[in-house]
Amino acid sequence: MIKIVKRDQPPRAIFFFTPVLAIFLTLVAGGLIFFILGFKPFEALKFFFIVPIADKYGFSELLLKATPLCLIAIGLSFCFKSNNWNIGAEGQLTFGAIVSGGVALLFYEQEGFYILPIVILAGAIGGMLYASIPAILKTYFNTNEILVSLMLVYVSKLILDYLVVGPWSNPEGFNFPETRQFSDSAKLPLLFEGLRIHAGIFLALAAVVISWFVFYKTYLGFQMKVSGFSLKTARYAGYKGKKMIILVFLISGACAGLAGVGEITGPIGQLHREISPDYGFTAIIVAFLGRLHPVGIIFASLVVAITYLGAETAQIFMQIPKYTGQVFQGMILFFLLASDYLLFFKIKFIGSKK
Amino acid sequence: MHKFLIRSFVSSLVLLFTLTVAAVAKDVKAAFVYIGPTGDHGWTYQHDVGRKAVEAAGFKTTYVEGVPESADAERVLRQLANSGHDVIFTTSFGYMNPTNKVAKEFPNVKFEHATGYKREHPNVSTYAARFYEGRTILGTIAGTMTKSNIIGYVASFPIPEVIRGINSFTLAAQKVNPNIKTKIVWAFTWYDPGKEAEAAKALIDQGADVIAQHTDSTAIVQMAEKAGVYAFGQASDMDKFAPKAVLTSVENNWGPYYVDRVKAVANGTWSQKDTWHGIGDGMVVISDLDSQMPADLRSKVKKLQADLASGKVHSFTGPIYDQKGNLMVAEGKTADDGMLAGMMTYVKGVEGDIPK
Repeated sequence: MIKIVKRDQPPRAIFFFTPVLAIFLTLVAGGLIFFILGFKPFEALKFFFIVPIADKYGFSELLLKATPLCLIAIGLSFCFKSNNWNIGAEGQLTFGAIVSGGVALLFYEQEGFYILPIVILAGAIGGMLYASIPAILKTYFNTNEILVSLMLVYVSKLILDYLVVGPWSNPEGFNFPETRQFSDSAKLPLLFEGLRIHAGIFLALAAVVISWFVFYKTYLGFQMKVSGFSLKTARYAGYKGKKMIILVFLISGACAGLAGVGEITGPIGQLHREISPDYGFTAIIVAFLGRLHPVGIIFASLVVAITYLGAETAQIFMQIPKYTGQVFQGMILFFLLASDYLLFFKIKFIGSKK
Repeated sequence: MHKFLIRSFVSSLVLLFTLTVAAVAKDVKAAFVYIGPTGDHGWTYQHDVGRKAVEAAGFKTTYVEGVPESADAERVLRQLANSGHDVIFTTSFGYMNPTNKVAKEFPNVKFEHATGYKREHPNVSTYAARFYEGRTILGTIAGTMTKSNIIGYVASFPIPEVIRGINSFTLAAQKVNPNIKTKIVWAFTWYDPGKEAEAAKALIDQGADVIAQHTDSTAIVQMAEKAGVYAFGQASDMDKFAPKAVLTSVENNWGPYYVDRVKAVANGTWSQKDTWHGIGDGMVVISDLDSQMPADLRSKVKKLQADLASGKVHSFTGPIYDQKGNLMVAEGKTADDGMLAGMMTYVKGVEGDIPK
């Protein structure tokens, strides 16, 4: 007989073991799906997870893809740790990109070392402004931040649509929905000749280090942790909840805004309608897969990034439908949530009585 | 015995030679990059039909579907160029900059970009279809079949391609029925069944009894079927999705062009081109005409189709006036390709303003 018993305290080992288990189960289930679809499972998994990063170029693309995911997920972990459910990172990314892209267009065909820092800063401010809306509404009007932040995603995309179709569209571009290309001074420098990996990766790494420091070495980090466990306790301890809510949203928005900057001033080099393949939403999976721990998030962003690359490679070489990449992302989250059950409950096998 | 040996030796040599030539010629690999899923029954579906024609002609093909126009497009293109593909067709406008960027790095790979205008390197060609010719046919049908004299038109983005289609459609409808008005709803999407259906519904509510579309899903013809009004299929023959509503469809027929270009790569005769083909070249195809249309309209449409194909009739023949009554094209003149490519004003008879 099997009996399910609630645990008093989730053991730390299992806490870090379940994400690995989730990835393993995803691989098994993925292989099974490939088998059912009529592909050789091991070959398919090889094209999915190994071939895309087997050379220098592939590995640089992995880092390029993981950069925005890591940056956003770090920002989100500030919110999630403190019980603030910011689901709208995609909107903060978009709005950050709009503000920073607008500034970059102001400097069209101008050169100067001062341009890039202004463009980057503008993106962070844009993301913060946009994240402050759900934060302020939550603190002062008690609205649900999940709904507000999510709905604002669609608003930001419509603003972007309006701008690139209308006032910001390239005057020489036959009215196609895109802006001019940014000048070189408004673009993030590339790290290596011939590769697309750019200086934005340092922003992500800086975010990792800073967040680790804040989480584990500061009073704010402690407050966030307490609020995350129990809002009542936090209130009892006398923490000023409102200030913290706004602060974590601002940090989260800044990170998402910077991720937007990285895309448009990095590989894209202009504003158009599709600047992000839903990084803001995928980063939610990354944050949880990484257990809201800065180092965990680095690994999680690499794992999730590879599902994007692998889907392309698998379609090119094996004609596996590209949308399986999204299936993999969904499965990782599903198995993670499922295996989290083990955190709070343990399964006891009891010998049946004769 | 001796003779037999020689003969078989010679014939096997000949066979080997033909095989080698065939192998060399057919060794060309073509890749296709799609914006949507191959099952959209619209834009991407028709490109994939074209790809299958290339396969049928004996060439190997690869495709990648659902490639966003974000930073990902460049990686997919580079990967295709790197993995032995000789010609790459990029089938959405948003791939324009990545296509030119990757083309620079792979001078030996040919790139064919649909609907764009940038050919920055000698290995980049562009191609598009004169869909406005098909819309002249649709306008003629709509102007004849409408009873309310209000024709609805679901548009995607205010770019010359779409404005040109609206104008061509309206001019043709006015020719057979001077009282018609074309009402436009901008969906600001190429493919979003929900939004498209909503737009169609709004037009039907405003009294439109014929709906035309410049978006790709089948939602509009299905909405028209439900409301009991007429509609036209876009990109592929959509008759089976709304048999009563759909009078005909304008089909995008990329196959002949794709086969032609891949063969040119195989023969070494490929060169940079800007292609803009219409009904005459078979890139724009009119589906079967529905039997609900009166016989004289059907024969009129057939004749118009033949005249557009031969060049006897041009979709934009003067006099053409804009909404304010200013002359755009003088009597007896036709609009040139330069004017068509940059067309950003409505003709008289279209309601509303172009969104800015």
